[in-house]
Amino acid sequence: MAEHSSIERQKPNTKHLWKVFWILLVLTALEFVVAFTIDADHYKWTKIGIFVFMTIVKAYYIVGIFMHLGSETKSFIWTIVLPIIFVLWLIVALLVEGEYFGIEKFF
Amino acid sequence: MAVEKTSVNPPHLLWQGGTQPLKAGYGKLMMWIFLLSDVFTFSGFLVTYGMIRFGYPTFSEVVAGMTHKTFEFSQLYWPIPEKVFKAVPLLHGVDAPLVFVGIMTFILIFSSVTMVLAVEAGHRRDKADVEKWMLWTILGGFIFLSSQAWEWSHFIHGTEHGLTLEDGTTIFGAKLGINEYGPPNFANLFFFITGFHGFHVFIGVLLNIMVFYNAANNVYEKRGHYEMVEKVGLYWHFVDLVWVFVFTFFYLV
Repeated sequence: MAEHSSIERQKPNTKHLWKVFWILLVLTALEFVVAFTIDADHYKWTKIGIFVFMTIVKAYYIVGIFMHLGSETKSFIWTIVLPIIFVLWLIVALLVEGEYFGIEKFF
Repeated sequence: MAVEKTSVNPPHLLWQGGTQPLKAGYGKLMMWIFLLSDVFTFSGFLVTYGMIRFGYPTFSEVVAGMTHKTFEFSQLYWPIPEKVFKAVPLLHGVDAPLVFVGIMTFILIFSSVTMVLAVEAGHRRDKADVEKWMLWTILGGFIFLSSQAWEWSHFIHGTEHGLTLEDGTTIFGAKLGINEYGPPNFANLFFFITGFHGFHVFIGVLLNIMVFYNAANNVYEKRGHYEMVEKVGLYWHFVDLVWVFVFTFFYLV
């Protein structure tokens, strides 16, 4: 098994990975700050908007850097991202339509 | 008696080698396609959650003048999550909204970093580093699952005073039929969605253990590459990604 130990141990290059870790951590901490400082009685939808935006930013970093989607070929990226864009559209459409019925219609 | 193996495909339809389609390994590409299908599943849950939640009136519509400060639980309207999830292990009776779920989020983000470090070590074919970071990831997965078990158990048992209904009976905790924190649908969706995510974490831990075992037994060293670490890593990061969304839509909004 000497052939493996003779290979020089490459040095890890992990700076950019730790950077993403700190970004995710700070964003989560900011979410807590927003959750407990903004008055939810008056600014409910502002709050929800901030949360959704931060979630999408976190998703971008996890998918782009941790899952290395950013370094794949262009056609690979679109194979994954395009269906997700349509799914996001579906979610928004169904949630907006969902406001038009009340639960009492079920029971 | 040896039977010669032949392909049913005519030769001109066989891939003759060269650059792989999309310049990615077959297994990795298929893992991405699987994760895409999982996105559909979890999106379905998110839509279900949103529509049922929107179907209930808000607490200010039911009780005029009620604010977040004077909020009280009722089965007529959806609860405020931070009023529900505010218990921390060993700190009995301390009001700590969302602190425990914050710790769980941190654990999962941290295990995501250790996973990506294992993937990076695999690219360098550094067996010792792969093993080290896989062990940290497995540990993070176990801590997360235990935390979730504690949170479920606390949610099921409920508070000491419970919720007194109009007919005078008192109910405790969240079960599938009754729920002291709000409509039973709130508990049902919570159990179903966090349970489905927890099941994903459980499978992820098993896969991580498998990768660690194979790495330790030189399977990837003999194979000449550590792509399996990358494939399982994709799955593990997806689990983390789902939690980011569950955290936002179940605990914050």
